[in-house]
Amino acid sequence: MLEIRNLHAEIGGKEILRGLDLHVRPGEVHAIMGPNGSGKSTLANVLAGQPDYEVTAGEVLYHGKNLLEMPAEERAREGVFLAFQYPVEIPGITNAYFMRTSLNAQRKHRGEEEIDAVDFLSLVREKMKLIEMDEKFLNRSVNEGFSGGEKKRNEVLQMALLDPMLAILDETDSGLDIDALRIVANGVNTLRSEKHAVLVITHYQRLLSYLVPDVTHVLMGGRIVKSGDRSLAEKLEESGYGWIEEEVAKGGAPA
Amino acid sequence: MSSSQEDIRNLTDREYEYGFVTDVEQDTAPPGLSEDIIRFISKKKNEPDFMLAWRLKAYRRWLELNEEDARWAKVDFSPIDYQDISYYSAPKIKPKLDSLDEVDPDILETFKKLGIPIEEQKILSGVAVDAVFDSVSVATTYKAKLGELGIIFCSFSEAVQEHPELIKKYLGSVVPYADNFYATLNSAVFTDGSFVYIPEGVRCPMELSTYFRINEAKTGQFERTLIIADKGSYVSYLEGCTAPMRDENQLHAAVVELVALDDATIKYSTVQNWYPGDKNGKGGIFNFVTKRGKCKGRNSKISWTQVETGSAITWKYPSCILQGDGSVGEFYSVAVTNNLQQADTGTKMIHLGENTSSTIISKGISAGHGQQTYRGLVEIHQRAKNARNFSQCDSLLLGDRCGAHTFPYIDVRNASGKVEHEATTSKIGDDQLFYCQQRGIDPEDAVSMLVNGFCKEVFRKLPMEFAVEASKLLEVTLEGSVG
Repeated sequence: MLEIRNLHAEIGGKEILRGLDLHVRPGEVHAIMGPNGSGKSTLANVLAGQPDYEVTAGEVLYHGKNLLEMPAEERAREGVFLAFQYPVEIPGITNAYFMRTSLNAQRKHRGEEEIDAVDFLSLVREKMKLIEMDEKFLNRSVNEGFSGGEKKRNEVLQMALLDPMLAILDETDSGLDIDALRIVANGVNTLRSEKHAVLVITHYQRLLSYLVPDVTHVLMGGRIVKSGDRSLAEKLEESGYGWIEEEVAKGGAPA
Repeated sequence: MSSSQEDIRNLTDREYEYGFVTDVEQDTAPPGLSEDIIRFISKKKNEPDFMLAWRLKAYRRWLELNEEDARWAKVDFSPIDYQDISYYSAPKIKPKLDSLDEVDPDILETFKKLGIPIEEQKILSGVAVDAVFDSVSVATTYKAKLGELGIIFCSFSEAVQEHPELIKKYLGSVVPYADNFYATLNSAVFTDGSFVYIPEGVRCPMELSTYFRINEAKTGQFERTLIIADKGSYVSYLEGCTAPMRDENQLHAAVVELVALDDATIKYSTVQNWYPGDKNGKGGIFNFVTKRGKCKGRNSKISWTQVETGSAITWKYPSCILQGDGSVGEFYSVAVTNNLQQADTGTKMIHLGENTSSTIISKGISAGHGQQTYRGLVEIHQRAKNARNFSQCDSLLLGDRCGAHTFPYIDVRNASGKVEHEATTSKIGDDQLFYCQQRGIDPEDAVSMLVNGFCKEVFRKLPMEFAVEASKLLEVTLEGSVG
């Protein structure tokens, strides 16, 4: 589904990704961990098409198509979803209106009929129940005045509603208490199927105990330096990244 | 790098949609301004002597005024040759019409092009339309129904004939003939406009509406509107306009006077879409308008709502004089400038009575090379105990070549007064655009949505049918410029 080869990307002239390779198959959940500044968020933003980032080398294939050539909105319509680390506020536009506009843009792209207000409401209510979100958030402006946790939950709501093929969660767990974490993980777990794939970017192992990844990667210096199963995440939580840095240094890999 | 800026620029290329000229024979005065011309206008309109005297008084005053003294606004234009303007133009039709069938079909066609099907409006929306085509009213509807309630809704000329006592009493009582350069000029040469009188205790059952339209090339349009709401009455008045495309700048110097007596409420809504000129700033209307309301009675209320998307230059400050104790003034405004449009607009809230309060919500949107200024005055006089004001002025910049400026003036002479002022300037963030795009929303649609969100507080104040139109207008104006 997603094939990243030798990806190099920079922002403001500073190279962040330096030859990243990653292969995600349908049905898989991948966790990406790594110290601050290792390039985790850059990876998420480059995949979503954030215009401030510039890809200088490498390629990204998504369902066999060149993802990097598509404008951001087309990537979204093709099923790439980014749960933002810092969700953006949109004053004056209700959450319900925003989500329906978004859903209809994607349905239109797939050649489906637009969903009307009534059907939309019952659909979104069902999803809100799933992630235990109060319906009052439907009529509030998008993310405006939401707490950090509410914003994150709103991202998960949109994800559940849009049902993306490839969901990228950029530190969705940071700033969440343990209950919220469980709910967010539930939301993601319902997305799991043999067709969907999820990329979970996180600092902490704790989300991964609710959301068991198939593969865990360690991103360091703009490259994936180690991949393994869930035990890798646990080891990182206990021992930090020092031992991997040593390993990388010994292996002589460029940092 | 910043693709959203490019998107905004690409979106700025739509042509003005209402560019066409109706071919109706005009009865036009030769260009130039003199006492003779004023006598000609007054005679043409068969006016009583007091009107001619008032016009001449204004004209003599105007001769003493210097336009330079009125040029304090942050707008830039070359001098206007007032001798090159024709001050009277009337479609050649019978002065009195019993039904729409008698209206020149060309005129009806024009209304259709503008999307103002009068018949449909009568039937569907229950709006009584007093359509001003150039300078003479050509269609007045629902008059009978309003008449039963004692409501007078007619052209200004008709009011001069039928209700001279009301004209004599209220004309110039809010905007005196010597008020300012443009209002004084209007007082001398105004040709027509609307007149509304709501009797004591009557709630006007429908929105009253006038569509203005400038049609004859080089004819300055000098409208005059007077609305009087007697004790305990209520009226909501809508004013909307579009104009055909043309090369020369056209002056539009209107005057609107509102008078609210005890416990009366006047709600005045405007959607202004005069031709803004082309992308290079050629052509376009100069919209120099004096609008003022007087809350004369206790607990009276005047509320201005405006959506200003057109004109090359807008110079306009719908104001409230809060004379009656406990009276309320409101000003809700959305102004858009695109390409080379300039706008210097805002309001004045003059607190004279005790316990008076005012609210100002101004939303300015600037795109292209548009320059926009909010200028507002809040004045609390010595006698105005416990006066309150809340002002909020937000500016939104689209692209990186436009400007927004805010000049609040506050003058408080009573220590019990309370004045709050909030102001923000923001740009449509690349982050907001990207967020929308990431959800699959087209960037053009996203900009349009973000702008609508920004204006929501004001749109909410518009009557329903106007709110839809305003939203559409904004889209057209900014699609040509924003999205």
